[in-house]
Amino acid sequence: MSEARRHIAPEAAADGLLPPRFSAWFAGRGWAPRTHQLAMVDKAREGRDALLIAPTGGGKTLAGFLPSLIELAERPPRNAAPGLHTLYISPLKALAVDVQRNLTTPIEEMGLPIRVESRTGDSSVAKRQRQRLDPPDILLTTPEQLALFCAWEGSRGYFADLRHIVIDEIHAIHASKRGDLLALALARLQTFAPQMRRVGLSATVNDPDMLRRWLAPQVSVIEPSPPPSRDAERGRGTMRSMVEGARPDSVDADAPSTASRSPSPAAAGKDLEPLLADLVLGQPGAPPVIEVLLSQNKVPWAGHTAQHAMTEVYEVIKQARTALVFVNTRWQAEFAFQELWRINDEGLPIALHHGSLAPEQRRKVEAAMTRGDLRAVVCTSTLDLGIDWGAVDLVIQLAAPKGSSRLVQRIGRANHRLDEPSRAILVPASRFEMLECQAAAEAVAENALDGDPARRGAQDALAQHIMGCACGEPFLADDLYAEIASAAPYADLGRDEFDRVLDFVSTGGYALRAYDRFRRIVKGRDGRWKVRDPQTAQRHRMNVGTIVQGATLNIRMAGRRFAGRKIGEAEEWYFEQLTPGDTFLFGGEVWRFEGVVGIDALVSRSGDTDPKVPSWGGSKFPLSTYLAKRVRRMMGDEAAWDRLPADVHEWLAAQRDHSGLPGTDDLLVETFPRGDRCYMVCYPFEGRLAHTTLAMLLTRRLDRAGIGPIGYLANDYALCIWGLRPMDGLDFDELFQEDMLGDDLEAWLEESFLMKRAFRHCALISGLIERRFPGEQKSGRQVTFSSDLIYDVLHRHQPDHLLLACARADAATGLLDVGRLGELLARIRGRIRVLNLPKVSPFAVPIMMEIGRERAPGTSASEMILEEAEASSLVAEAMS
Amino acid sequence: MNAPARPLGFVAASPCGGIAAAIGGAAALLRHSGALWLEAERALVVADLHFEKGSAYARRGQMLPPYDTRETLRRLALEIEALSPRLVVLLGDTLHDGGAEARIDAEDAAAVDRLAAGRTLLWIVGNHDADGPRRLAGEVGDEIALNGLLLRHEPQAGLQPGEVAGHLHPCARVRGRGASVRRRCFVTDGERLILPAFGAYAGGLNVRDAAFSGLFARPPTAVALGPRKAHAVAWGALGAD
Repeated sequence: MSEARRHIAPEAAADGLLPPRFSAWFAGRGWAPRTHQLAMVDKAREGRDALLIAPTGGGKTLAGFLPSLIELAERPPRNAAPGLHTLYISPLKALAVDVQRNLTTPIEEMGLPIRVESRTGDSSVAKRQRQRLDPPDILLTTPEQLALFCAWEGSRGYFADLRHIVIDEIHAIHASKRGDLLALALARLQTFAPQMRRVGLSATVNDPDMLRRWLAPQVSVIEPSPPPSRDAERGRGTMRSMVEGARPDSVDADAPSTASRSPSPAAAGKDLEPLLADLVLGQPGAPPVIEVLLSQNKVPWAGHTAQHAMTEVYEVIKQARTALVFVNTRWQAEFAFQELWRINDEGLPIALHHGSLAPEQRRKVEAAMTRGDLRAVVCTSTLDLGIDWGAVDLVIQLAAPKGSSRLVQRIGRANHRLDEPSRAILVPASRFEMLECQAAAEAVAENALDGDPARRGAQDALAQHIMGCACGEPFLADDLYAEIASAAPYADLGRDEFDRVLDFVSTGGYALRAYDRFRRIVKGRDGRWKVRDPQTAQRHRMNVGTIVQGATLNIRMAGRRFAGRKIGEAEEWYFEQLTPGDTFLFGGEVWRFEGVVGIDALVSRSGDTDPKVPSWGGSKFPLSTYLAKRVRRMMGDEAAWDRLPADVHEWLAAQRDHSGLPGTDDLLVETFPRGDRCYMVCYPFEGRLAHTTLAMLLTRRLDRAGIGPIGYLANDYALCIWGLRPMDGLDFDELFQEDMLGDDLEAWLEESFLMKRAFRHCALISGLIERRFPGEQKSGRQVTFSSDLIYDVLHRHQPDHLLLACARADAATGLLDVGRLGELLARIRGRIRVLNLPKVSPFAVPIMMEIGRERAPGTSASEMILEEAEASSLVAEAMS
Repeated sequence: MNAPARPLGFVAASPCGGIAAAIGGAAALLRHSGALWLEAERALVVADLHFEKGSAYARRGQMLPPYDTRETLRRLALEIEALSPRLVVLLGDTLHDGGAEARIDAEDAAAVDRLAAGRTLLWIVGNHDADGPRRLAGEVGDEIALNGLLLRHEPQAGLQPGEVAGHLHPCARVRGRGASVRRRCFVTDGERLILPAFGAYAGGLNVRDAAFSGLFARPPTAVALGPRKAHAVAWGALGAD
């Protein structure tokens, strides 16, 4: 975007928009206000909702708050205590606290009479109660706290004076159930505070219109009934949301006039195009400098650790001032951290940061970063977003980034000064990753980003919201429906769907109307719904939120009598595979696993340097569609191979000569014998989730065809199925028919552990199962256990229940990537190229090396575990 | 094989997927459904059905699917159909609470009556249903002696040769292959037997829990339930949660 196109006409420049105090402050700091900062002030003057897209380091946060600071500074003194003026929502608790620090500087330096406070789940009860009675001018908080606010009695009055809501890192939150819940809370606030305007802050995205729509209220033509209690000044706001939103064709800041608004309230309706918030674009930063690290050592065939390049990574860290070393999983982080310290001859201060470490330990690392005491931090996505650290001048991505947007986000953490380029080094961990890293670097250079598609709001999140509304104040179903439909993710929610969710909230939504007398929310004589009693409301408030933790255990030092200090936490499944005496890496140290007691995994220090269980798994992110396409294209383009290291070049050539190269739009399938088994390997490059689903469905088909497949494995690039009989004579067009996504998928899904996992999430979010009761907290595994029993019963007796539909949808998108598989099958129809080879091909080597390393969860595997335990029990019995 | 090789008196895996065992000298079949079959008496024994646990939660505002009684009865009916018992023993805690009978759906109540037709349906009382049913079909008792075995709800402290009880809802955790499995199970040392809970919503207690200690003369075996068969697993292979 060229700067000239943007924003502010000369006469509207700084002196026109900024009060003298503000201009002086900028000048005193030796700054000029940035164009987009002034544009945001302008948008506020006009009362427009606005989305600001700017790279990190562009003064984005200040731009979001500037209008609030100006208004508050110019606010005439009032007799009554003023209510909350501006609400700021951040996906990260730490960010809310950090923004408070950053706002304090201008407020203090200008001597503004503004009170800023943060409120997170970590805030003390006393502070939170005081904030309810005596609101600050600006409150910084999280989506969960906002949902909680909406579920309090009196929230309408609390928010009545709200002028602005600022939502930070909007790109990181919109495409999730957390985003659904936040969108619903926005709609609620708009009802409470019709004058409220919405401000979104986002990093660069591929589809700004999607975020603009998410942010803006979607028109609702039904005039709501008067609220039961206090009647806020509602007329203006209702009109505003009807008439003022921009249509997609009317981009923004060039013409901040009213030229392109929708003609009249009467014409505004759901059939029209969606309403968009105005767009303000920050000045793009200098393009990043990205290199792919070419190791002196050979690029490994498979794996995720990049161990081969660790010496070179260390050298790069030595030359940088401060480096962030990003990896994709916490176990990769542990591994890289240990490897770096193994060769850290100069004793550089290198730290570790990931989500399993105890919060105090993470805060320590963050504080050390802020002080500039560290030379490197090995970290996971926990540091993707967050606090600005000026000293970071290099980002190292260890193992492939899996998507170009994630890479851009991470690169943005280096060098927060706009005029200097961010520097990043990608370190591929395997040969396919070498291709992927190269593709990612090129995509970023072209500013070609992938992103989450728009989503339809989830019904379990809606159920939680409806319950919250009923806890807050009585509502009429018609009003609430209109309000909910003004949230973009729910804009096309049908009234019948809404009524179904409402019934679910009230009675559980069962065909057997057994619970009509136990309703959670009840309809009063006045037609308004409200929560049945204060205890039920209290329980709901304790269970607000959409972040469902997997079952986790605390990792504690084993004491002589009591469990000792907590070191961190990790998923239960990790400990399930350990037996007492095993050693493993955590927090950069090797620990001996002693056993599990209650919700604690007890460990002791181990003298070992090499952990016995080196489980760091693969990447948790699947390869993005966008990068996949680039990788396929790169393989077909022999001229591009020159940019790759010699051994990878050689590998591609060998694949071309011994087998064939996958094309951009076809599917390469290889069959070959090895040992006493026959293998089929195909290379769709569509990501691990879609591949796993495809492998599972193909296995079912092969089984039916009498081929007798024994096993399958999938990674981001390929999938492999093996059996005892050759597969080269099959009708592959038939095998890959798209109809596999019908009954086969249904049948498999119903008995899959993935469905149970998805169901558990939906049951928790919707409030069917409660995570917390007053006075106790269920541990994750108690929940796991009971939700499986509930799933079995519900699935048999009411398979069309709302929550099962929810779980099915979640599993199909989040866990199986059915949509992407469908696109793949359509793309390769009639383009399947089968090569019957005498032996394993160069491309098949990586996935063949992974066979045998994978865990195989699922029913049959569970039975196998029991069979084996039984068999060894028999042996023990016989030998005793 | 000599005597010590079969400390628990297991005879064999049965073709039906159950485990044939000798409990206190009596022949018993531990079904993979979680039911006990005593062939000599043609008696089917199930423990801890917890009818209407779902509606008990709903009454307090948690709307669990109201089909747990129906599902438990469905599973019981399958066992009765397969075995044609003369006597069906419900080994206590058949009703989840005192109000369960009032909440039970008419169709489910009729299903109970059908199960009682043509055979004896005996309700051994438990701590959740100390009075037994008021209107559902069946006879009520505190315990029953059958073929040298004594069937009661709650296991008595100390060694009780020949006792068959429920109450504890035993579960076994088995680890292997980088994963772990948690299943309902029977527990027995060949002298006494504790049945798994049969109710669809009944939770489980790990057999390594202190509640099981002192009940067995030697390390007992767990017979873990699977979808097609039961698995006898030695004490040493059982893990804590």
